[in-house]
Amino acid sequence: MSFPWANQYQPKSPFMQWVDSRLPVPRLVYNAVGAGYPVPRNINYLYNFGVLAGVALMIQIITGIVLAMHYSAHITTAFDSVEHIMRNVNSGWLIRYIHMNGASFFFIVVYIHIFRGLYFGSYKAPREMVWMLGVLILLLMMATAFMGYVLPWGQMSFWGAQVITSLFSAIPLVGDAIRTWLVGGFAPDNATITRFFSLHYVLPFVILGVVILKIWALHIPGSTNPTGVDVQGPQDTLPFHPYFTAKDGFSLTIYLILFSAFVFFMPNSLGHPDNYIPANALSTPAQIVPEWYLLPFYAILRAFTLDFLWIPAKLWGVIAMFASIILLFFLPWLDTSRVKSATYRPLYKKFFWVLFFNMFLLGYVGAMPAEEPYVRIGQIATAYYFAHFLIIMPLLSFIEKPLPLPNSIAESVFAKSGKKPVTVAAAPAAAQPAPAE
Amino acid sequence: MVRFIGFGAGLVFVLALIIGALMPREATVEDPIKKIHLYPRHAQLSHDGPLGLGVFGTFDRAQLQRGYQVYKEVCSACHGLQRIAFRNLGDLGFTDAEVKALARAAEVPSINPQTGEPATRPALPSDHLPPPFPNETVARLANNNALPPDLSLIVKARPDGQNYIYSLLTGYDKPVPAGHDVPVGLHFNPYFHSVNIAMAKPLNDGQISYADGTEATVDQMAKDVTTFLRWASEPELEIRRQTGVATMIFLFILSILSFLTYRKVWANLK
Repeated sequence: MSFPWANQYQPKSPFMQWVDSRLPVPRLVYNAVGAGYPVPRNINYLYNFGVLAGVALMIQIITGIVLAMHYSAHITTAFDSVEHIMRNVNSGWLIRYIHMNGASFFFIVVYIHIFRGLYFGSYKAPREMVWMLGVLILLLMMATAFMGYVLPWGQMSFWGAQVITSLFSAIPLVGDAIRTWLVGGFAPDNATITRFFSLHYVLPFVILGVVILKIWALHIPGSTNPTGVDVQGPQDTLPFHPYFTAKDGFSLTIYLILFSAFVFFMPNSLGHPDNYIPANALSTPAQIVPEWYLLPFYAILRAFTLDFLWIPAKLWGVIAMFASIILLFFLPWLDTSRVKSATYRPLYKKFFWVLFFNMFLLGYVGAMPAEEPYVRIGQIATAYYFAHFLIIMPLLSFIEKPLPLPNSIAESVFAKSGKKPVTVAAAPAAAQPAPAE
Repeated sequence: MVRFIGFGAGLVFVLALIIGALMPREATVEDPIKKIHLYPRHAQLSHDGPLGLGVFGTFDRAQLQRGYQVYKEVCSACHGLQRIAFRNLGDLGFTDAEVKALARAAEVPSINPQTGEPATRPALPSDHLPPPFPNETVARLANNNALPPDLSLIVKARPDGQNYIYSLLTGYDKPVPAGHDVPVGLHFNPYFHSVNIAMAKPLNDGQISYADGTEATVDQMAKDVTTFLRWASEPELEIRRQTGVATMIFLFILSILSFLTYRKVWANLK
């Protein structure tokens, strides 16, 4: 794992030596997120979002465990127990608002993290597995967030569950049976809320497990960097601790300031007011919308209005919505350009920004009612989404002429400042050009 | 292989979408209600603090008590406030003795300890405010088949809730636009989503006499009861803002220190 010039763990106190020789957990931590992990020295602030996502996950798990102590998963008491948390539990409002807005901020951080990966080509060899585990985490997050949104059993919880679970009924022949099996009945009811609660509690720990696998996989080749040039020697890296723990610590405080602004001063601005109305199966809301972070995919779901190739429009929508995320698994093989960073890919860079803007457009259309001109805008934006990944990216690899790459990370860093590289490594004798994979 | 399958799938998706986008649309009839409907106007309320930012403001206790009086004398005839207990009214600035007296004035269902038969007893501070109707059927029978919603969460349960409640309560005097027929039994209010609301105009000038001598105009009563309902929806509002300001100061200092730490750690490299 990692590079041969990585610092080695050398416990100083006899106690830590005793522990390390029997259970090398301190060594594991040291190599994973300590001084034993060499990181490209030129990574920018966009590379801090992985750590921030880990923090967001832990905030969700901790506040969620406390909420579960006071929450009651039953259709007759769920809404009341949430209000009990808000009004009677000591600081219950704080815990719940942190959990509620924490989900949104988790998605903000993860989306920035994904776009960073797209821009700097983090999905390319040899990091395909890191990328695929990340897509798996995204899928698990969406399932977890959706089920969590159902738990307060407000109007949007109920009708959101109704709409999303009915997607499965679009599958030919077995769709209705699958839907009934998933929901535990013909409509969302008590059987739904209890199973969603159970899954909402367990899936975050599954996510945590995948996160550990992802970090494991990441530490074999190490992080990418804004130049996309591979690490060649100790002059290109710095130990994770203290250099990047200090940088992450600073970015974490900025994150917490923005997060607190929402939690304390506008806690409900990212939610839907209808979810403060208890669920009522007899009263359909004027417009059913998911949480903001699922809106782009909701827009893709609704973009298909035509029964095409004997497949009904509804099934097209469902296929497209799942395909829009599943295709990300294949991204490492769709983009064959050897150059990782978009900085040196003039054409890809333009399309990247079109995709970035396109996602906001899809999110906007997802929040709007299904009427003109939103339907047409949604169709064109969805078409671009699929064209970007499935058509444009594979073609770009052939057409594009990338700009010349810098010779090394160290050279790109010190070309600007004109100084000599300062190496922070334990054993300069072990400086070999290739990473030990 | 992946690229060929992907290319084919991409073409099919794009084709289905482009053809869908090019298909002619059925002519849509514009909903005439949309033209009449108005979005809430801004209610200038003192608890929103300087510039209405909602960072420093606290509730005006006298206004909360006036708002409770409006709720009790007007709204509570039809609207419940079931998530509020009498003990919570202490937040409005009432003393413990006043809270007990307010509770004692209300009757809540009970069981006769001797016979076991249903009975009533005076409420205790731990009891919740009693609902105006025993169930939905009775409520609908009494209200021309409309169901008056519980108001405990009303400010959070409507878009732009605070301004909406204020606008709705003061929106009854708007003239009915020409060509718009108000169905029998409903009332015109352009701030309501369908502009025809079942609730009759609830507030009229001088309807109640405030104990503190404030003039009971419709605008004043609407502002007072909106403030009270904001408190009912978000009783944690003041402590939340106070905690928030303290948290922000803490995090701001922490961010400066962590930035200096970062600079110091990296100083020997750049």
